[in-house]
Amino acid sequence: MTTEEHTARAMVEAVGIGRDFTVAEGRFPRRVKRVVPAVRSIDLTVRPGEIVACLGPNGAGKSSTMKMLTGILSPTRGSLRVAGLEPSRRRTTLARRIGVVFGQRTGLWWDLPLRDSLELTRHLYRVPAAEHAHRYAELTELLELGPFLSTPVRQLSLGQRMRGDLTAALLHNPRLLVLDEPTIGLDVVSKATIRSFLARLNREEGTTILLTTHDLGDVERLCERVVVIDRGSVAFDGGLDGLRARDPGSDIETVVAGLYRDGAARP
Amino acid sequence: MADPIAPRRVPHLVPRPVQDYARLAWTWTRTAFQYPAGLALMTTGVVLSVVAEFGAVLVVFWRAGELAGFSMAEGMVVYGLAAAAFGTADLLMGNVERLGERIRSGELDTMLVRPVSPLVQMATDDFSPRRLGKILPALGILAAGLWWAAPEWTAGKALVFAVLMVSGVVICASVWLVGACLQFFVADAREAANSVTYGGQALTEYPLAVYGQGIVRAVTFTVPLAFVSWQPVLYVLDRPDPTGLPDALRFAGPAVAVLAAAVAALAWRTGLRHYRSTGS
Repeated sequence: MTTEEHTARAMVEAVGIGRDFTVAEGRFPRRVKRVVPAVRSIDLTVRPGEIVACLGPNGAGKSSTMKMLTGILSPTRGSLRVAGLEPSRRRTTLARRIGVVFGQRTGLWWDLPLRDSLELTRHLYRVPAAEHAHRYAELTELLELGPFLSTPVRQLSLGQRMRGDLTAALLHNPRLLVLDEPTIGLDVVSKATIRSFLARLNREEGTTILLTTHDLGDVERLCERVVVIDRGSVAFDGGLDGLRARDPGSDIETVVAGLYRDGAARP
Repeated sequence: MADPIAPRRVPHLVPRPVQDYARLAWTWTRTAFQYPAGLALMTTGVVLSVVAEFGAVLVVFWRAGELAGFSMAEGMVVYGLAAAAFGTADLLMGNVERLGERIRSGELDTMLVRPVSPLVQMATDDFSPRRLGKILPALGILAAGLWWAAPEWTAGKALVFAVLMVSGVVICASVWLVGACLQFFVADAREAANSVTYGGQALTEYPLAVYGQGIVRAVTFTVPLAFVSWQPVLYVLDRPDPTGLPDALRFAGPAVAVLAAAVAALAWRTGLRHYRSTGS
């Protein structure tokens, strides 16, 4: 089977992936090493064109999972393919095929004006000049970057920075966009801009989007499919309707909170 | 292989990491020039530190007349070589010592999701021409020392000397990288590593023979800093090794450089494999 066929079938294909960390505990003479599974076992298949939201309480293993998908962490067990590649072994090649944004930090260069950051990104991703000019103009307009293109990144507001980060992650036109908490800390207006941009990107260009969030607004506005991760395993995987149907009387927040609690009660 | 989502391959003669290095370094250089006053001030600071350091070396030679049989002119060659090699390695690779910071802040994660070697990104981050403030005066001191000591030159000798200098830079950079890689395993290894990197530089500023046999052997066979200034100086001045090590060692510089670079590459790869990122 060729890489091409594989990617056509699934953008992300994770079977039983898990990651353990070894932690040393106690003071020096009595230090004991203990293996802590941050992610126990996750099965996840994302098909091209889907938008999937990963929900889960803090420390559930969402970020570790995203780090495995992007090749930053290698899984301790399980098999994983993203865009047809095994992430930790082919990290650099994978980086050219996917776009990644971490909401809590920036992928732009802190001291460079946004314009220079984006120009540098184009060179590092080897985007041909003509293609870049077109894409750059389009993204600049859609995300309204114009007024702060010459501002150093460190002086941007969080909302502006996030729009800049999204642009940088999309300049090379990736088929898969991985977003770790893209709306964290943003005001309502910025959130709305980002959500409608992502929806449009998915609708018009067919970009597959996988995001983690604590904001159920993101989920309701964007995603047909929700994956709830709790204690390093998948606690729910299905449509938003399915999630609502679990407890018809209550709102979605209550249902999700219930899922977290179920997880907590598990041995 | 037909691959619909890989970008077109741009044909190139220069290896990708080198292209990326040049691109990133150039971007940072331009940024540095956007604040000319700051750049001038910091460069002056660097120049002054070289002046102070070299002043100390001069005072020692002036008071002692000669050290371990080395005249002041020869001492200048030793200092110039050590400082130039160290300064060049610092310019090219110095920023890797901030690895621990980058791990803690999560910046390493953002570097890992770009299609560029994280080593290149880390080495070039905050790349600044102010470091030329060390290299240029050091080269001046080296040239003056060589002129004054007046060894006999042939074309072949000049070429070998140039190769030995480049080897010295590679060795410095490798020692630096190995030190930085310790931060993958121990969060605050920077200070410990600095005792070898900065401390090592201070050591190589004087003719090694003054330190006695034990130290000379240590910096020849363990942390190979003897090949940065000491052995090349013995070569260029045509001197027998006063510490009794074989004279052929002076030609080992390039081999030692290759070995040191290999060890550094291994340390980097091992460290990266061991990397476990931070929370969130």
